[in-house]
Amino acid sequence: MDMIMEYVWAFLVGGTLCAIGQLLIDLTKLTPARILVIYVISGVVLGALGLYQPLVDFAGAGASVPLTGFGNLLAQGMKKAVERDGFLGIFTGGFTACSAGVTAAMVFGLICAVVFKRTDRTRQE
Amino acid sequence: MKGDVILNVSKKEYESIYQKHSGKSKLYITIPKAFAIGGFICCIGEFFTNMYLYMGFDAEKAAAYTSITLVLLSALFTGFGLYERIAKHAGAGTLVPITGFANAVVSPALEFHTEGLVLGTAAKMFVIAGPVIVYGIFSAFVYGIVLVIIKAFGG
Repeated sequence: MDMIMEYVWAFLVGGTLCAIGQLLIDLTKLTPARILVIYVISGVVLGALGLYQPLVDFAGAGASVPLTGFGNLLAQGMKKAVERDGFLGIFTGGFTACSAGVTAAMVFGLICAVVFKRTDRTRQE
Repeated sequence: MKGDVILNVSKKEYESIYQKHSGKSKLYITIPKAFAIGGFICCIGEFFTNMYLYMGFDAEKAAAYTSITLVLLSALFTGFGLYERIAKHAGAGTLVPITGFANAVVSPALEFHTEGLVLGTAAKMFVIAGPVIVYGIFSAFVYGIVLVIIKAFGG
């Protein structure tokens, strides 16, 4: 039962974060790029205030998979880096925290560009 | 197909078409779709997190491997042209999860391969991801300064 509820909460919280994004798309003239930027900054701010991590603990991937979770990861990584390295941490914390996701996207992007030859539109606008 | 017509217009024309149609989009259709598909992607993430935890990784590593896995899946879906098809229905449901971020990197990397691997693929892959990384890193940087100041004053 716990296992099922875990997925239910991941679905509900993740779905809600996406529904908010859809509201922004439908009701404003914000482009997808701007929405992603807003989500990341919101994630950093909420993470810095200590408000996002409880949501991650509660909803798991429902909170960590949306891009606000990416922002929260940046904030948590920054906190750890400053605790460990002090001033230098300001310059290393952000990239250290998001390195896995960004490296994966870059490397897989490059490989895909070489392997798949497509010229039509595959991006979400 | 209707979508193909839109492909061949200039950016400005596309924007005006987009805005004209987005004004008519029906919230009672788009919102539940975004909710359901976005929620489903998060459930896939939850599944992989559990799998990696089961394999013995700690929570932090399991989360990182989950991100990598979702990015890989998104890259494959984008490569086969499937991501955009789902995105047509899902809207923010496929945009907001990390798979949307991956799609925003992989898609222009593919599209602009025709302009070469350096100024095409490598340069254009950051057309959307770049701003996300810049503002994400910058806001984390500001937070870092705040933390250092708090630390300096013995917080």
